[in-house]
Amino acid sequence: MTRAPRQLARTSLTVLATLWLGVLAVAVLAPGLLTGRDPLEQDLTASLQTATGEHLLGTDRLGRDLLSRLVHGTGTVLWGVAVAVVVAVVLGTVLGLIAGYFGGLLDAAVMRLSDLLFAVPGIILLLVVASTFPNDVTIAMTAFGVIMASGLIRVVRGATRSLRAEQFIAAAKVAGLSDAQILWRHALPRLLGLVIVQASLIAAVTVVTQAGLAFLGFGPPPPAPTWGGLMDEGRAVMAQSAWPLLPPGAAVALTVLAFLLIGDAVRDRTTGAWSTSKLARPNRRRSRIASGEADVSASPAVLKVRGLSAAIPDRVTFAPRTVVTDASFEIDPGEIVGLVGESGSGKTVTALSVLGLTPGGGTVTGGSCMFEGLDLVRATARQWRDVRGRGIGYVAQDSALSLDPSLRVGAQLAAAVRRHTGVNRRVARSRAAELLAAVELTDPAVARRYPHQLSGGMAQRAAIAYALAGSPRLLIADEPTTALDMTVQASILALLRRLSRDRSMAVLLVTHDLGVVAQLCDRVVVMYAGQVVERCTTDELFTGPRHPYSAALLAADPSRARFGQPLPVIAGTAPVPGAWPRGCRMADRCSLVTDQCRAAEVPLLEYAHGSVARCIRVAERQDAVPVS
Amino acid sequence: MTRLVLRRLAWSVPMLLVITLLSFVLVSLIPGDTARAILGPSAAPEQIDAVRAQLGLDQPLLQQYLSWLGRAIRGDLGSSLLTGVDVSQLVNARLAPTLSLITLATLSAGVIGVTLGVQSAVRGGRLGRLVDLASMSGLAVPGFALALLLVAVFAVRWPLFPATGYVDFASSPGQWLHALVLPVAAACPGAATAVAKQARDATLDVLDREFVRVMQANGVPRRTIIYRHVLRNAAGPVVSLLGVVSASLLGAAVLIENVFALPGLGSAAAVAASQHDLPVLQGAVVYFTLIVIVIGLLVDLVQAWLDPKVRLR
Ligand code: SF4
Repeated sequence: MTRAPRQLARTSLTVLATLWLGVLAVAVLAPGLLTGRDPLEQDLTASLQTATGEHLLGTDRLGRDLLSRLVHGTGTVLWGVAVAVVVAVVLGTVLGLIAGYFGGLLDAAVMRLSDLLFAVPGIILLLVVASTFPNDVTIAMTAFGVIMASGLIRVVRGATRSLRAEQFIAAAKVAGLSDAQILWRHALPRLLGLVIVQASLIAAVTVVTQAGLAFLGFGPPPPAPTWGGLMDEGRAVMAQSAWPLLPPGAAVALTVLAFLLIGDAVRDRTTGAWSTSKLARPNRRRSRIASGEADVSASPAVLKVRGLSAAIPDRVTFAPRTVVTDASFEIDPGEIVGLVGESGSGKTVTALSVLGLTPGGGTVTGGSCMFEGLDLVRATARQWRDVRGRGIGYVAQDSALSLDPSLRVGAQLAAAVRRHTGVNRRVARSRAAELLAAVELTDPAVARRYPHQLSGGMAQRAAIAYALAGSPRLLIADEPTTALDMTVQASILALLRRLSRDRSMAVLLVTHDLGVVAQLCDRVVVMYAGQVVERCTTDELFTGPRHPYSAALLAADPSRARFGQPLPVIAGTAPVPGAWPRGCRMADRCSLVTDQCRAAEVPLLEYAHGSVARCIRVAERQDAVPVS
Repeated sequence: MTRLVLRRLAWSVPMLLVITLLSFVLVSLIPGDTARAILGPSAAPEQIDAVRAQLGLDQPLLQQYLSWLGRAIRGDLGSSLLTGVDVSQLVNARLAPTLSLITLATLSAGVIGVTLGVQSAVRGGRLGRLVDLASMSGLAVPGFALALLLVAVFAVRWPLFPATGYVDFASSPGQWLHALVLPVAAACPGAATAVAKQARDATLDVLDREFVRVMQANGVPRRTIIYRHVLRNAAGPVVSLLGVVSASLLGAAVLIENVFALPGLGSAAAVAASQHDLPVLQGAVVYFTLIVIVIGLLVDLVQAWLDPKVRLR
């Protein structure tokens, strides 16, 4: 199913739900429009009929018209819902806002209250209330609203806390707004969607609860009709006919459904929550991807990426949007190559696409990735099994989140060793210890710890050990030091350099940090707006970058292009995917721009042996020749 | 961990106090007089005064509560105003059917809900949509209405199961189960669909975490990721919800026991409420609150077992 019909089906369901609530409103305000009969008029000759022309929904034991009884019972239901929802929403929102916004003691007090309300055995307390004030819907539903406020308090408090951390609240404070004004003008509007969603849930639960109370005989006194009471009367005659149960049952179910659907629609509107499977199955069919070009050169490269393109579905429209176009580079055995660019340049997407794990539900749309003679873009699930972990290892940016938080480090490493080598548990355990030693975690206690008990640097070492478990020939490391502080960064980089040398393991290092490049990399691939714009040795990049973007990176503040510094800021912003110009994507930020730059796509031009830049002005200065 | 348990236990004391006081005060607000309710409208004023004095109803409210509390702590919950039966005995006898009902319903809701929710999360697409819809309709049909429907179909139309009644587990496990099939089937769908939705959201949430990608990239098979790692990490919120669900099943039990004439706590409370039988109602409140507290404790223990961050705190 595509999104459009789904969306439509959803919208029409919401419309139906709204219509149903409209019908209920008519039943309360103008019951005469729906039924001309008196709900109390008995006709013993027409007892227990099913639907007839006379009685559209049949009759009960006393021959009373069920439709009419249902319609005249609606008022009680809606009144009860209104009371419970208003009480719960007012109480829940106010207390939640106060707790979340002010924090401290006030927060603690409100949360205890919420705990207490939560622990109250709701229906029992309701029974107590109902028996104290018999047949009083308003009081019973007020009590129910208080009980239901507990959940809302928590939700509103949580949202308010995260709001408070945001910039604009601080700005409003600086601007001299009082707390009450901030809450009223800034916090409340943002919470509205959330509160409506909760309110619709509470409404749904109230309908059921109220029907239940009436069913038990705690509703308005007979003979006044109520939905729950109708069900109770239906039960009494169940042995003769099950029919009288159906109309009130259906009325309750439809009303609950209507409230839930409306709540769902509001939630979708406010959060855009349409989740799809995030752990996509490997593509079993051979993909219909056009190959970039035939691979004729017999270079020794361990990884050879040719014309790789990738697309990610748009968050709103779900239409695939190209985020990487025609990326080509290669890595020799034992070599460390840096993949550099600003965030959004496509560097991470490129690296993960090599592993067949294009993020955001995206896919590779063209090109090839030759890894030891196998084109990964067309690899089958079986072939991937030999590549991931055993051929290529992967280290992620946030080391604290890289391992399963619920299992001990050593156990996870041992499981990885067993998976890749098939050794028994005992051997795997000692191999795991060796791996930890290889990443300079020699304390045997580390293996017994859980990931959250490790410091950032230790966790990153453990994550590297995890990636090494299958002795890969290529390690893809995505910003492996970004989340760490400076001294730890340096030691992790030194470790990567040593591991690469000792194991003659190639490394593809994704980074936005030129300092990391300078310290670690042999060669560099610079990406900009989804394209490779320059490919050269690290020396060439730092001594004479040819692409104006690379040059700008360095020139903007050469002294800052040191270890540990983020890329210097360049005037202007990079075009986002989908808004790429036809010609050079750098044109709007380039001081050397000419009309010709904007005319047509700019190819990569070779300016030194093996070094290329995607800039037509390179040709003016050098004898550059176009390459793929 | 121990601190966690102790803290929860420490909180349960004021909780019990507040809730019992609350219901005590509420019930004492009942218009009319308990003594008159017992003796009937034609009783002489002297008789009523005598009964009031006998029941301690002539004392201030707080004193009444405190003396009730003093006796309750020693395990004496008083006796029914109407039948004179000892409340602790009555309530104890009523415990088994209710606990059977909510335990079985929670277990089956857990199994069905987790299976559906996880499948829908890892497969996505149509099944996911289906779980969404099912979870709505499951919540939409009130348990007692479903109970009535089940009785109409499986007890009246085709008498496969008993329409009413309860058999002790000790006297016959088979019949015990047989008698509980319909009540559990009535209580289950709402709970199961709530669990399914939570399981689905939690699984999707974990699938989005970095370690799943790291595992995938490092060659951990899909099945292993889902069944050994994702489920374990998604279990926390699901267990919390199971706690909420079993507590809310207590509420549903009141109605479902009523439909199936199960001699449980819920139906005892409903009857006591309609007869203004304060001691019995108060006893039921105490037991219900205790059950909710125990459920909370169980949830905490399971959470701690699942999550080292909680366990090692
Ligand atoms: S092609 Fe033109 S606009 Fe693009 S980088 Fe080179 S000089 Fe600048």
